[in-house]
Amino acid sequence: MLELKSLTKRFGDKVAVDAATFSVEKPMMIGIIGRSGAGKSTLLRMLNRLSDASDGDILYDGTEITALKGAARREWQSRCAMIFQQFNLVPRMDVVSNVLHGTLNRRSTFATMFNLYPQEDIHKAIEILDRLGIAEQAPKRAEALSGGQQQRVAIARALMQDPSIILADEPIASLDPMNAQIVMDALRRIHEEDGRMVIANLHTLDTARRYCDRVIGMRDGRIVFDGRPDQLTTGVARDIYGAGADFSEAATSTAIETLDRTDKKLVSA
Amino acid sequence: MTDATLSGPTRREVDRIQDSYMAQVRRRRMYGGLTLAIFVLLMVSGFVVADDRNAGGFWDGWRQMLDFPADVVSEAWEKRANLPGLLVRYFPALMETINIAAVSTLIGAMVGLILSLLSTRGLARWPRLITVFRRFMDILRAVPEIVIALVLIFILGGGPVPAMIAIALHTAGALGKLYSEVAENADLKPVEGLASTGANWTQRMWLGVLPQVAPNFLSYTLLRFEINIRASAILGFVGAGGLGFELRNAMAWGPGRFDEAAAIFVLLFGAIVFFDQISSRYRNKLTEGQ
Repeated sequence: MLELKSLTKRFGDKVAVDAATFSVEKPMMIGIIGRSGAGKSTLLRMLNRLSDASDGDILYDGTEITALKGAARREWQSRCAMIFQQFNLVPRMDVVSNVLHGTLNRRSTFATMFNLYPQEDIHKAIEILDRLGIAEQAPKRAEALSGGQQQRVAIARALMQDPSIILADEPIASLDPMNAQIVMDALRRIHEEDGRMVIANLHTLDTARRYCDRVIGMRDGRIVFDGRPDQLTTGVARDIYGAGADFSEAATSTAIETLDRTDKKLVSA
Repeated sequence: MTDATLSGPTRREVDRIQDSYMAQVRRRRMYGGLTLAIFVLLMVSGFVVADDRNAGGFWDGWRQMLDFPADVVSEAWEKRANLPGLLVRYFPALMETINIAAVSTLIGAMVGLILSLLSTRGLARWPRLITVFRRFMDILRAVPEIVIALVLIFILGGGPVPAMIAIALHTAGALGKLYSEVAENADLKPVEGLASTGANWTQRMWLGVLPQVAPNFLSYTLLRFEINIRASAILGFVGAGGLGFELRNAMAWGPGRFDEAAAIFVLLFGAIVFFDQISSRYRNKLTEGQ
């Protein structure tokens, strides 16, 4: 389905992504982990064609994505939705309009400039919002919503695109644990119910373990781990993050359950 | 894909939200349509009225629009041998125009700097007088340069000084407004830090605010310098010296001296392009923070 062949991105003489190669056979939920600056965001941005690759190819169902230009590139972007860490919504527009932005690639420039969307699109947008549990917020301005709600609006915009792939760049890095769980649950549900591929950059290991079918670890631009979540041992994690023996996952975990686990360990010790 | 609702409102609730949002959309579209209709109506009717009042009439006159430039160009082309000499002859006038612009930009910027700090919320020396300083800047901006210049020329006689004062006054008002908008976004923490050491208002502004806003201020000042070159050329028309004065003399007599007019146009155009390029390069550098 999706195949990356030695995909490389250079900024000047610095290599951000170094010959990333992997292939995905069927829709699944993939987590990409690694410390900041490892090239995770750059990789996702190249997949969406927000930025161009310096070298290498991306193939999707036989089409060479890296060679697409102009309208064909925008058409690919509409099939490959992106979710950002800072939500990247238009703050002064209402929630439904933000969701309707997911249809921009299909509609004429003129109609969208004057916010003229067909009624069935508007109804669909509200249904998607309802699916994510925020239909009541429909007429509010995006900036009036909390972070977790805004991220769900961003997911709704992505769903409105009816994409085959959803890319999520640190979707929960600026959310509190409760909202992080809601957002990750939503992404998992979208994968399971709609059969869409989800590729998410994650900054916590336990999130990757808990939600993903496959985990890819990056370090200094190179892919250093690619496997099932249960193969992701503490030793491997130390390797990915380049950390010493004092590295402990629980210390930085944002999952609520971690508290229980550490408590138990302390009690049993 | 809508049946999978785990939480949130029921189906009927969703219908209600959809209906109320659609009603809102319809209302918004109606307002938008009305606004557009009024806009088109005003544009069309305004144009018709203006065309009726015109002495010549737009529809008959617009074909002759290019006649005058064509006359100038053809005469200048016939006497093209004179051009280099004329360029040299009018170069001092160009320098005068640029000097007027430079001096008035400098003075205007200094006055504008003081006015802007005095009229910015959070920074002002006398917070209660903010409105006074703001209205004062409004007045400076509201009176066109050419009006001030005409009055001053009447009092002081023709020459570059009235033009300089006129442009400086306008610049002070315009830059003061722009500066104050930049200063409003300045971080107040350094100012508080300086205040905690016992610094007075001038010290706080000079050492706490200016370093933050200097790149933006300088960028606006360069933009204003470009505008002022054009303004000082225009003021020459009312007798303030410089290129504009020479241009009026060359054009006012009709055909015969159009070669001189062309030379002046070339000088003015060249100067504006030159300073435009230089200042836009520096402004880019400043705003990118290199």
